[in-house]
Amino acid sequence: MILVLARRLANVVPTLVAVIALVFLLFSVLPGSFISGMGEDGRTTIDPAVMERMRKEMGLDDPLPERFAKYIAHTAVGDLGKSFRTREPVTYLIGQRIWPSLKLMFAAMAFAIAVGVTLGFLAALRPGSLVDTVSMVAAISGLSLSQFWFGLMLMYLFALTLHWLPSFGYGDGGIRHLILPAIALGVGPMALLARTTRAAVLDVLNADFVRTARAKGMSERRVVEWHVLRNALVLVITIIGLQFGSLMGQAVVVEKLFAWPGVGSLLIDSVFQRDMPAVQGCILLIVLFFLAINTLVDIAYVAIDPRIRYGR
Amino acid sequence: MTLMPLKLVPKLRGGTSLWIGGGLVALAVFVAVAAPLIARTDPVMDANLMNAEIPPGWEFPFGTDAQGRDIYSRIVYGARISLTVGIGSQILNSLIGVSLGLTAGYWGGWWDDFVTGLTNLMLAIPSLIFALAIMAILGPGLTSLLAALGLTAWSYSCRIARAQVLSLKSQGYIQAARILGYGDLRIMFTQVLPNILGPLIVIATLGMGTAILSEAALSFLGLGIRPPFPSWGSMLSEARDQINTVPWLSIFPGVAIFLTVLGLNLLGDGLRDILDPQSTTRRS
Repeated sequence: MILVLARRLANVVPTLVAVIALVFLLFSVLPGSFISGMGEDGRTTIDPAVMERMRKEMGLDDPLPERFAKYIAHTAVGDLGKSFRTREPVTYLIGQRIWPSLKLMFAAMAFAIAVGVTLGFLAALRPGSLVDTVSMVAAISGLSLSQFWFGLMLMYLFALTLHWLPSFGYGDGGIRHLILPAIALGVGPMALLARTTRAAVLDVLNADFVRTARAKGMSERRVVEWHVLRNALVLVITIIGLQFGSLMGQAVVVEKLFAWPGVGSLLIDSVFQRDMPAVQGCILLIVLFFLAINTLVDIAYVAIDPRIRYGR
Repeated sequence: MTLMPLKLVPKLRGGTSLWIGGGLVALAVFVAVAAPLIARTDPVMDANLMNAEIPPGWEFPFGTDAQGRDIYSRIVYGARISLTVGIGSQILNSLIGVSLGLTAGYWGGWWDDFVTGLTNLMLAIPSLIFALAIMAILGPGLTSLLAALGLTAWSYSCRIARAQVLSLKSQGYIQAARILGYGDLRIMFTQVLPNILGPLIVIATLGMGTAILSEAALSFLGLGIRPPFPSWGSMLSEARDQINTVPWLSIFPGVAIFLTVLGLNLLGDGLRDILDPQSTTRRS
């Protein structure tokens, strides 16, 4: 187990370095175009003096390898630079936003698991039935929805028309403000989980050991509880993990729509305020989160299922 | 592939989703191609404040916006942007993915290691975030969108192409082609590629749906197509602030996105059941 862990971590290091280098390249080598590009949209123009000052301040006139070394050294100790706008460290800004983001992600995932896994499971137990058809239509619709439009419709229906829930904002951090954004964010993972669960359960239902269990006279209920659920869950848990990892990135749009004070809305606001260190920091965080969760899922996979071994 | 036992139930399901999906996609393509013929007004220029914010009805089937523009005509023209982005980005992704995957699988060695590493790197970054970063750097517009969505999602087709080449490389007809003196590239593109087109078409079809959703999301955030051009995403971005007073502005562009992407997803699922019988209905 320790060996697996070490090997997996060793595998992730090159990717990690490459990702950091890519974020650096995207934003630090092309910042001239980043700054001027944002000015070319016709909304505002940038004073050349300001641009010159920004270039100086960011050390853009230094040689590239030197800047990269500096960037790596700073990132390694968790220093993501200072925000152009508020002059506060980017890590502080992100720190304020991370809890609302995580809260939204957990709520969305809870919704996705509760609805998606149930639908997929019921569908697989009676393939071809009405339940199956309805669940799978719901699933493919969920995958085809644009999250923010779905969120907008939820907002219109439940907040503006029925007045059951607040339409946007964080409020006091209570659950009422959380419900609509969580459903809007959770509908994609929900759909994916419904399909995965159905496929996984169907796979297991056709497996030899399930036939054996039935043949030896085990009750259907016990077969499902003992053999099918357990084995299907390995794949389902993997998908849950992978979805959770990408959720912070997906949340950007939903957070913006519901004015949710998370990392995603910080990222978008920073893009429009040309607050490059903050943009870079948010993107790095989202990518690292994704990478970290994926690695954890891989390790958990080995821990849960003894048949899987890394390395040949 | 043809020796695989055909499962009856998925086959039938594939049949219906293929037809419904194909129909929806055909409709979207027709609307986009015939836009000037079936639109009633110019989507950008024909503003008339006398007609502002008229609810859907006989005269304006989908209503009008705050500038008095016909929403129906804007949605019809919006199909052009969505499909251009969807098709254009998938052509780019497929070209990159297939070229890298074929050559990596066929040649192996350091090139294979490099391509595999690059693929893993691309997979390590959430695609919407990657696209968002590129849009932030390049600025809004159709060209930037094609670059942002067409250069960031090739890892799927690359992986499939590579895996298929590895399994086909030792097949008799490939050996025969080699003995006949065919060059590497000729073998890759005339012998291998036709045999792996099925899964690649499925990936591209599903990818188109994802690209259309990403375009809508980026335009909604103000980073994609900007108003006044009638992209479905940018229409929604304008409509959000008026959802309380003019709700139809938000409803119809969203329905257009939903039906188009649903069509592509159903078509992709249906095609997979026909072209790629080995895979289950799982989707990554």
